[in-house]
Amino acid sequence: MDKIINVPINKEEARSLVAGEKLLLNGVIYTARDAAHKRMIEDYKEGKPLPVEMSNLAIYYAGPAPAKPGQVIGSCGPTTSGRMDLYAPQLMEWGQTMMIGKGLRNKAVIDAMKEYGAVYVTAIGGAGALLSKCVTEMSCIAYEDLGAEAIYKLTVKDFPVIVTIDSQGNNLYDTGKKEYSK
Amino acid sequence: MKIVHFSEIVKAVKTMCIEANYYLPEDIYDALKQSERLEESPIGKDILKDICINADIAKEDHIPICQDTGTAVFFVKLGQEVYIEGGLLEEAINEGVRQGYEEGHLRKSIVENPLYRKNTGDNTPAIIHYEIIAGENLEILIAPKGGGSENMSKVYMLTPSQGIEGVKKAVLEAVSFAGPNACLPVVVGIGIGGNFEKCALLAKKALTRDIESSNEDMRMAQLEKELLKEINNLGIGPQGLGGTTTALAVHIETYPCHIASMPLAINMGCHVNRHKQVRL
Repeated sequence: MDKIINVPINKEEARSLVAGEKLLLNGVIYTARDAAHKRMIEDYKEGKPLPVEMSNLAIYYAGPAPAKPGQVIGSCGPTTSGRMDLYAPQLMEWGQTMMIGKGLRNKAVIDAMKEYGAVYVTAIGGAGALLSKCVTEMSCIAYEDLGAEAIYKLTVKDFPVIVTIDSQGNNLYDTGKKEYSK
Repeated sequence: MKIVHFSEIVKAVKTMCIEANYYLPEDIYDALKQSERLEESPIGKDILKDICINADIAKEDHIPICQDTGTAVFFVKLGQEVYIEGGLLEEAINEGVRQGYEEGHLRKSIVENPLYRKNTGDNTPAIIHYEIIAGENLEILIAPKGGGSENMSKVYMLTPSQGIEGVKKAVLEAVSFAGPNACLPVVVGIGIGGNFEKCALLAKKALTRDIESSNEDMRMAQLEKELLKEINNLGIGPQGLGGTTTALAVHIETYPCHIASMPLAINMGCHVNRHKQVRL
């Protein structure tokens, strides 16, 4: 049975999620890819305000396709999370509690998840059409010049994800592979 | 001699860009359906089911299967008896891409200079591979290629003494390395032989074969089978979360090579292994 979760979540809620659990997310998440992460960190270094409230933030690593007339959002599956590994620990230090993406994370990210209380969940890579149906509102809130790579605020309903690495460091990529390797 | 007009090419390419990104080829869809039945992991089974539902939604709503509508990669076979009227073939293809990506609401994913990364805004330039053939047909195949799986591809400059075992070891290493990042289950395109650039091209071309097809050389067909089994025994599974479906198919293409060399390229094709062909 899928667990229904209201996002954003706080650190305690993040720590309660366990690798292997299937979730349906409801609430607000923000998209950001490499370019937006890079700019947020540069902005911070230059003393500029950050474009979103970092506390309890849920970030979706995604760059949607353009919406067709009548659509809320175009296809919007996850991009490869590893490209954000360089930036993610800083964002968790600032308060981010959930990362939504696909693919492997490095040790620095997993260490930061344990330290700050954050969870890594994955959506199905390549299922952009299906996931677009779970987005009910979309608006660009920062870095509009980055196009698909800008920061978009998404309201999601029953957005399906799988807890892949939890805040204890349990990693479904490792345990899943072990279970089925012959 | 046959005359093909610039505008005909633009129109055909525009349509191909859109259709390739909206409608998953039937052979891939059927392979996904079959893998859903055979997958041993419950999470893996659910993922494969959702991947098929995703393709159904894209087809029904006429929207991209994946938001990464790719680099527009073309394989063009130009008959020697064809005369193209009204402009250059390359410009016609790029104009078709420009129109197709705009009208089809496809994502524009190409940046100008790889180090400075300004988006070109229209998904051009395309990457076009030409082949001159006999006769008076112009055949154009588009294979939009996403960045996730492309990033996990590899070239190995093996040497002859490494033999079949060396090839197998490298392929399994590459698939393990690609792991969850490549949007599994993948089609694995393998090029063996030629030289540094030729093997990469063979690997890319291998991804455009029908998923049920085998290499015509029985020895290579056997190697394809063995590799598919060994890859699926790795246990990486759908999306890398564990399971028995890591690859849907392994396609090998070969070419003669230098006595000192045995180049090997492995191009990962995600489960949205799109392609579409037209003949003008």
